[in-house]
Amino acid sequence: MSSFSFDGQPVPLQPGDTILQAAQRAGHEVPHLCWHPEVSASASCRVCTVRVDGRPAAACTTAAAAGQRVECHTADLRAQRLHLLQMLFVEGNHFCPGCEKSGHCLLQHQAERAGMTDLHYETLNPERPVDASHPDVLFEPNRCILCQLCVRASDELDGKQVFAIGGHGIATHLLINSASGRLGDSALAVTDRAAHICPVGALLPKRVGFAVPIGQRTFDDAETRG
Amino acid sequence: MLSRWGHDPHALVQVLRETQALTHWLPRALLTHIAQALNLPLAQVEGVATFYRFFHTRPVGRLRVLFSDNITDRLLGSEALLSRLCERLGVAPGQPDVQGRFSVDRCSCTGLCDQGPALLINHHQVITRLDTARVDALAALMLSEVPADQWPADWFHVDNKVLRADVLLSGLSADAPTLPEVLAREPQALIDELARAGLRGRGGAGFPTARKWQACRDADTSTSGPLRCVVCNADEGEPGTFKDRALLSEHADAVFDGMTIAARAIGAQQGWLYLRGEYRYLLPQLQAVLERRRASGLLGANAAGLAGFDFDIRIHLGAGAYVCGEESALIESLEGRRGTPRIRPPFPVERGYLGRPTVVNNVETFCAVAHIARRGGAWWAGIGTASSTGTKIHSVSGDCERPGLYEYPLGTPIAQILADCGAMDAQAVQVGGPSGACVPVSGFHRRIAFDDVPSAGAFMVFNPSRDLFEVARHFARFFAHESCGLCTPCRVGTELVVRRLDKLALVRGAGRGSAFDLQRLHELDALLHSGTHCGLGSSACNPLRDTLAHFGEVYASRTATPQFEPEFDLDAELSAARRVTGRTDAGAHLHTEHKP
Repeated sequence: MSSFSFDGQPVPLQPGDTILQAAQRAGHEVPHLCWHPEVSASASCRVCTVRVDGRPAAACTTAAAAGQRVECHTADLRAQRLHLLQMLFVEGNHFCPGCEKSGHCLLQHQAERAGMTDLHYETLNPERPVDASHPDVLFEPNRCILCQLCVRASDELDGKQVFAIGGHGIATHLLINSASGRLGDSALAVTDRAAHICPVGALLPKRVGFAVPIGQRTFDDAETRG
Repeated sequence: MLSRWGHDPHALVQVLRETQALTHWLPRALLTHIAQALNLPLAQVEGVATFYRFFHTRPVGRLRVLFSDNITDRLLGSEALLSRLCERLGVAPGQPDVQGRFSVDRCSCTGLCDQGPALLINHHQVITRLDTARVDALAALMLSEVPADQWPADWFHVDNKVLRADVLLSGLSADAPTLPEVLAREPQALIDELARAGLRGRGGAGFPTARKWQACRDADTSTSGPLRCVVCNADEGEPGTFKDRALLSEHADAVFDGMTIAARAIGAQQGWLYLRGEYRYLLPQLQAVLERRRASGLLGANAAGLAGFDFDIRIHLGAGAYVCGEESALIESLEGRRGTPRIRPPFPVERGYLGRPTVVNNVETFCAVAHIARRGGAWWAGIGTASSTGTKIHSVSGDCERPGLYEYPLGTPIAQILADCGAMDAQAVQVGGPSGACVPVSGFHRRIAFDDVPSAGAFMVFNPSRDLFEVARHFARFFAHESCGLCTPCRVGTELVVRRLDKLALVRGAGRGSAFDLQRLHELDALLHSGTHCGLGSSACNPLRDTLAHFGEVYASRTATPQFEPEFDLDAELSAARRVTGRTDAGAHLHTEHKP
């Protein structure tokens, strides 16, 4: 079977594999936020950036090829990843201790894994009003990292196209497809895949927050388990 | 209008453009109507309408003035003229007057740097060579609501000043073989001729044109159907570049010849000219050229008398988005979507417009093709250098006596261009626009060529009175404004760069810049350079990097302290508390060591 090298270790590959898919299957961790196995890739967060034969590339969209030399957990890539995460933290308004998603949040998890202890950059403090109009799902845009997973899940899995991306540059934001632009008037149902795919706490099913005790949450580790 | 576009959702950008031309801005109710008519989700329509800078989803004036905001316009005093116009009209930039008659704002470079300061009227007409007299007269006409078509005709005059013509700007000779004679050759022979010429794309990346065409010709069309496309990238958005404007004005036939040759070579049926919104005023003339070509049988069914060669060209108008110059973003825009660059592969030559194999080339590239197909690859390869063949047109602007168009063989030293345009005391030249290189005096011996200083066509000259820190800050703002917002490093990073440069520029946090900020800028540069989704992000820090390297003193003079200083003024933050408590004594103030 053909293979490529991932941080010096051989990873077998199957036809059509991206670097991220093949590496994950082989048990390697490739940090990521905007990638999900059930939907197409968007290559937007860039947290999965690796070096392929010395050149930077997003592991989620770069095809794996036999003989490639992929570097992922090097000192400079770790530093770059940390800075990307810090950028996402200052771009929105993230307050982990008070967030219902805490312990299940991929952004929080990646930041912990990356050893993030400060914001590094100045906070941009955007004004993003919360949309609580939906009976079963909360939209908290302050936590949105524009990964577009909900956009793609609604389109590709639910067949609804409830979400879209609006604006440009730092003013890029998530749009909701309804006459009022509010979630409550959209076609989203709490049973939709799009209502659960959010890696952060931007889209949250209501009335289930804090239901899982600390120690048993998705990303709890030996330390938080006590 | 919707039926004229066949209710085609791929025509969304064109539908929005034409609607807004009638309604001035795009209220939500109108977007809802368009969404229903095109059978698109409203959010998608809104996403497109809020992406392009020339679409307005908030009220603007019935007459919209956009000042071109390239650094060359600023060097010529555009900011003072903008203030003067706003003052005369009694409005603030970006704010319509209470009666909704007019609004004044800025836009990215309009491609008129050789005759700036310039402005756009209703995204439709341009006014060049602004001065205080012209601005005052403009204000008077606007206040008395005289329609723009009754304004002095010479205001709208666009000059294509060709100051050094080589083969392209001289045009095809009268005895050159006709297009049907060229097209009668085998398609593969046309590609082979380009390969012999060694032609590389003139849009900036310098990819070998023959290789691109060959890949498109060889592309597997078993899933996409047999159709192929040729797209001419006339989205000349790189600030400081205006050569394509001149080619489209003066040599449109050569450009369309090149597109038709490409269609013949790759087997395409459909051609698009993607014309940037800023060049809307060229549209009637370009449509007339296409109409003439159709009438003479060069376009349409059995074009140029070749049985089975059905090829026609349509024009798509952009709506003010620099990133659409990137070929995959351009294709997204052609398809009526937000102009975000696609994930590659697949490359456009494999799956481009509507999934069809598509060749996208620059205006100047197609013009060169028209010449090479007639005069031979060897002829072109004999001009320039071994690895950078042929000529290149430079759009010269800034601090020089003779701004305009200069065409030279590739390999020409920067110093010669400077001498020819009358720039005797330049301290730096920005070659290839903001995404190119800032070359200091020590580099003036270098040559414009793919393997030395590559260029997409801009050549902006700065004399010693210009502050290159401000130039870099201006370009940083440009990139932040033009980022598509898809990827984290570009979306957030370009904004962080702007904020840090603003801090150093004494705009934010008055004089709190430090050596610490410079270190952060270096770090942001490295981060953006490796790992953005497209070239916009990876080149956004080029002006910063070049000026830091060559003109470090202009940054050092702005770093008041070696240690970090927050951009906000701690003492000023307490002003509200002092006001509430009525205290003015020294104890109510924080001690601030580095008072500006």
